[in-house]
Amino acid sequence: MISFPTRATQPFNYHGAKWNEPLITDIGAPGERGLLPPASDTDMRESGSRARAGIPSVRQDAARLPEVGQAQVLRHMLRLSQETLGSHLNVDIGQGTCTIKYNPMINDDLALSDEVAQLHPLQPESTVQGMLQIFAEMEEFLCKVSGLSACSLQPGSGSAAIYTNIRMVQAYHRSRGEEHRNIVITTSFSHPSNAATARSAGYEVVTIESTEDGYPSVESLREVLTENVAALMITNPEDIGVYNPHIKEFVDLVHEHGGLAIYDQANANALLGITRAADAGFDACQFNLHKTFGAPHFSGGPASGACLVAEKLEPFLPAPVVVKRDGVYALDHDRPLSIGKVRPFYGVTGQIVRAYAWILALGDEGLEQVTQGAVLNNNYLLHELLQIEGIEAPLAPNGHRLEQVRFSLKQLADRTGVRSAELAVRMADFGFHYWTSHHPYVVPEPATFETTESYSRSELDQFIASLKAVVAEAEADPELVQSAPHRVAVSRIDDSAVNTPETWIPSMRSYRSKYLGEAAAEVPRWEPFEGLPEPRRNAPAAHR
Amino acid sequence: MLQRTPEPKQAPQATATAPDTRTHPYLPHTAGAATEDMLRHIGADSLESLFVDVPAALRQPQPFGLPAALRSEADLARYVRRRLNRNTPATRALNFCGAGVYQHDVPAVCVEVAGRAEFVSAYAGEPYEDHGKHQALFEYQCVMAELLEMDVVSIPTYDGYQAAGTALRMAGRITGRRRALTVGSLLDDKRSRITEYVAPTINEIAQSTADIAAVRDALDETTAAVLLEIPDAEGLVDADIRAIADAAHAVGAIFVVSVDPIALGLLAAPATLGADIVCGDLQSLGNGMHFGGAHAGFLAVHDDPRFVYELPTRLFGAAPTQVEGELGFTDLAYERTSLAARENGVEWIGTASSLSAIVASVFLSLHGPHGMRELGDAILDRTSYAIEAISERTELQVRDAERPHFREFVIELPETAPTASVLLERLVAHDVFGGVALSDREVLVSVTEVHTRDDIDHYINALAQEVAA
Repeated sequence: MISFPTRATQPFNYHGAKWNEPLITDIGAPGERGLLPPASDTDMRESGSRARAGIPSVRQDAARLPEVGQAQVLRHMLRLSQETLGSHLNVDIGQGTCTIKYNPMINDDLALSDEVAQLHPLQPESTVQGMLQIFAEMEEFLCKVSGLSACSLQPGSGSAAIYTNIRMVQAYHRSRGEEHRNIVITTSFSHPSNAATARSAGYEVVTIESTEDGYPSVESLREVLTENVAALMITNPEDIGVYNPHIKEFVDLVHEHGGLAIYDQANANALLGITRAADAGFDACQFNLHKTFGAPHFSGGPASGACLVAEKLEPFLPAPVVVKRDGVYALDHDRPLSIGKVRPFYGVTGQIVRAYAWILALGDEGLEQVTQGAVLNNNYLLHELLQIEGIEAPLAPNGHRLEQVRFSLKQLADRTGVRSAELAVRMADFGFHYWTSHHPYVVPEPATFETTESYSRSELDQFIASLKAVVAEAEADPELVQSAPHRVAVSRIDDSAVNTPETWIPSMRSYRSKYLGEAAAEVPRWEPFEGLPEPRRNAPAAHR
Repeated sequence: MLQRTPEPKQAPQATATAPDTRTHPYLPHTAGAATEDMLRHIGADSLESLFVDVPAALRQPQPFGLPAALRSEADLARYVRRRLNRNTPATRALNFCGAGVYQHDVPAVCVEVAGRAEFVSAYAGEPYEDHGKHQALFEYQCVMAELLEMDVVSIPTYDGYQAAGTALRMAGRITGRRRALTVGSLLDDKRSRITEYVAPTINEIAQSTADIAAVRDALDETTAAVLLEIPDAEGLVDADIRAIADAAHAVGAIFVVSVDPIALGLLAAPATLGADIVCGDLQSLGNGMHFGGAHAGFLAVHDDPRFVYELPTRLFGAAPTQVEGELGFTDLAYERTSLAARENGVEWIGTASSLSAIVASVFLSLHGPHGMRELGDAILDRTSYAIEAISERTELQVRDAERPHFREFVIELPETAPTASVLLERLVAHDVFGGVALSDREVLVSVTEVHTRDDIDHYINALAQEVAA
C-alpha cells in the first residue's frame, strides 16, 4: 500500500520555495549584458551628436545599475516569483476585504493580445473601433449591475474611483452654489479610502461608529447631519460582512439634508443579483474590477475602478466619454462640466477587457450564482471556525454575515498569549494568507476572511483544518507559533530598524551611505526655512 | 491598405439555442448537490435564508438583462476576438503617436515576469509567504534609486500625473505655501489633472518657459514648488536644470522634476542638479502601451524624514532575520499611510501599480548601465534624424528644430496642408499612425528606438505626399 497525498494532508506537509536569492544588485559581473538596444546608423548618429551638443545636462557617469546576463535576470525573477504565494497557487480566503477570486486565464489571453496590448490610445479612432465598442458595452453592463445611469471606466483603482466619486459630488454642489458643504460622513467599518479620499478632496471627515449590531445606528447619523453635509460615503456590507438593513433610511436622511450618497461597492461580491446601488437610492457607487469582476490583483496593481452615477452626476463624469454616433464609436471630449481627467487616457484597458470577458462568461444567472457561492462559502467557514474554542465573531451576535467575517481571537490570545498577528505568520507555514484588519483594530485580535465563490468545499476544509491545527499549537506550544515562520522563504524578521530614519534601509544606495560609510556626492538641496509648519507624524504602526 | 473588419451585424451569441445549464467552470458550489450539502451542514434552509438581512423593499426587482452567458471558453474567446479584430494594433502599422504613451521595446523577459502566475495573482500577502514579491519591490526601489541617484523611491502610485500632483502636494505640506510654478510645456491633460488634484493644498499654479530669467521673474517667497518637465511635452531637453534648481531654492521653493526614466541613460539624474523630488511614469520601462492602460507613477526623494514621511504609498525596508545571511523586507514608516491612519494618513493608498514597478526594475536590470546609455542614444539619434530629414526633405517646419529633442517634436502644418486630423486619418492608408493632433496646424510626433531608418523614411515620404495632395 502506498500512502497518497490528499486534500486533507496537503497543507500539513507544505513547504514554500526557499532560494535565499541575493539582491539583483549583488549578482552579475561588470560587462554582462541582459539586452542590447538597437544600434543607430552613421547618419542617425551624426544627427544625434549635433543634438547632444545642445543638451546642458548630459549624464557623465553611467548609472550604477546591475550588470547581469539575460538568463541570470530571468532565473532571479522566477525564483522570486516562486517565493510568492499568489491566489493561482493557494486557497486564498485569508485575505478579507480583497475578494481574491479566480482570475480566468482566457481573460489574460484576450487582454494581452496585440489587438489590446499594441494599441496606442491616440491612434486614429477608426482603428480602435473594437476597443471603444468594448468600453461602451462594459459601461452598459455595469450600469445594469448597479442600476445607475452612467459609467466611467477611467479610474485606476477602487480608491481612485472613490476619489472620483467624491470629486463629482463636489463639482455637483459647486455647480449649485453650495460650496458651504464641507463635511463627509463615513462609518468606522467602511474602507479607510473613503475617509482618506474625502480628506484629500478637502473635506472634513466625520466617522460614525458601529453599534453592537455591526453597523451604525440611524440615530448616530442623524446627530451628525447638518446643512453642511456634502456626502455620505459608506460601504455595505461593511468590512466585517454585516449588511446594514437601514441603508435606505441612511440615504434618504442624507438626501433630506441636501447631501449625496456614495456607495463604496468594493464588497459588491456579496450582493450581485440581490440588491443594487440604485435600489437603495445611492447617487454614485464604484466597482473594483480586480475584485468583484474577476480581474487579477497583480501584486498590488495595476487595478481598475469603475464609477457609476445617477443622472444628476452624469455631466461631471471624467472626460472623455465613449459615445456612438451613426454607428461609429467616438470619444467625446466636449464635456464642459466634467471634473476633467482622473487618469491619463481612458482607463486600465487590460483590466477592463478581463472584467468584460468575465461578465460575458457569467451572465445574469452566473452573477447571482457568484454571490450565492461567495455567501454560502463564507457562512460555511463561519460555521466551522466558530466551533474552534477561542474564535468568535463579535458584533451582530444574532445577525448574519454575507461575504466575509471579521473574527476575534481575543479569547485565545488572553488564554495563550499568542496574538492574531502571530497566528497569521504561522498560517504561512501551511501555505495560506491570513489577514488581521485595517487600523484601528476595533475588533480585538482581528482576523478577516473572505471566501469568495472560487474555492470548493474541500479547499475550505483545508484552510479550516490548518487554522484548527495552528490554534491547537498555540495552546500546546505557543513558542512554536511565536517563532514562526518555519517553512517559507524567510525566517522571522527583526523590524526594529525600519521605523527609524537613522537606521531604515529603503535602498542599497541608502545602506551604502548609512552602514558602509560611503560618502554620497554633495548635491544642491532645498533647505528648511524659518516658520515651516510643524510636520504631522502619526504614532508608529506596523502593517499587521 | 489596412484591413478593417466591419462591426458584426448581429452580435454572435452562445451557439446553443437553449440556455446553457452545465456547471459553470468558475463555480464549484453549483456542481451536483454541493450547495444543498453545505446548506444542510450549516443548518440553513435555503440560499435565500442567507440574505434575510436585505429588506424585501431593497431586493433587485428583475434580472440585470446582460447578454446570455458564454459558459464555453471557446465561445467566449470567439465573441471577444470578433470585437478585438476591429482594432489595428501597432504591430500592423507604423506608430508615431506619443503624448504620454510611448511605443518602446517590451523585452520578452519583462513579458514573462509580468505574466508570471505568482505575481499576477499575488496581492496583499505579508513578508513571509510573499517574500519574493517583497524582494522584487525592494529591488525596484534599489534599481530606481541608482538610476535617479536618490535614496528613497516609493512603490508607485497610479500614473505620472498622479505622482506629479502628489509631489506638489508634498511640497505644499512641507512648506505651508500654496503656490506652484510649472516650467516648460506640459501636456494639457497632465496640467488639468495636476491642477484638479492639488487644489486643496496648492491653489495657484503659474507657468513659465524654461528660460532662466523668466523662471526667476515668476518665483517669489510664496512658492511651494517649481515643477520642471524633462523631456517636456514637445520633447525639449535643453532646460538648465541646475540654474532652475538654484532659483527655486533661493526663494525656499522645493524643486520637483518630472522625468521619463528612459531618458536617464542620456540625461543627468535630476537629483544631482538639485531636484528635491523626482517623479514620472514607468510606462516606458517595459510596460507597453495597452491603449493607455499601462501607467505607474514613481516618486523619489532624498533620505530625509521631512520628505519621506510625506510619501503616501508603501515603501519597503530591508531588515535582518533570525538567520545570519538572510534578508527580509517589511513596511517602512507604515504609519504614514491611510491604511494605518485613515483620513490622518498622507493622501490615500490603495491598489495602484506594483507589478509595473517590478517590470520596470527588470527592464533596468536587463539594460544595465551600458544598455540604458545606448538606449538613450538610440532614441536621441532617431529623433534628431527625423527632425533633420523632415526639415531637409519636406516643406514642413519642425518647431524649435535647432534645439535638442528627445523622442518627440512638433510639426507645424502650413495653411496649404490639410488639417492635422485629416492628415492623420489619410496617413492610415499608408499604414502609418502619424502622430497626435495638438491643434489643426500642429502634430506631435514620437520617434523611439523601435523605429528603423526605413520606418522613418517611409513616414516622411507618406507625410510629404499627403501634405502636398
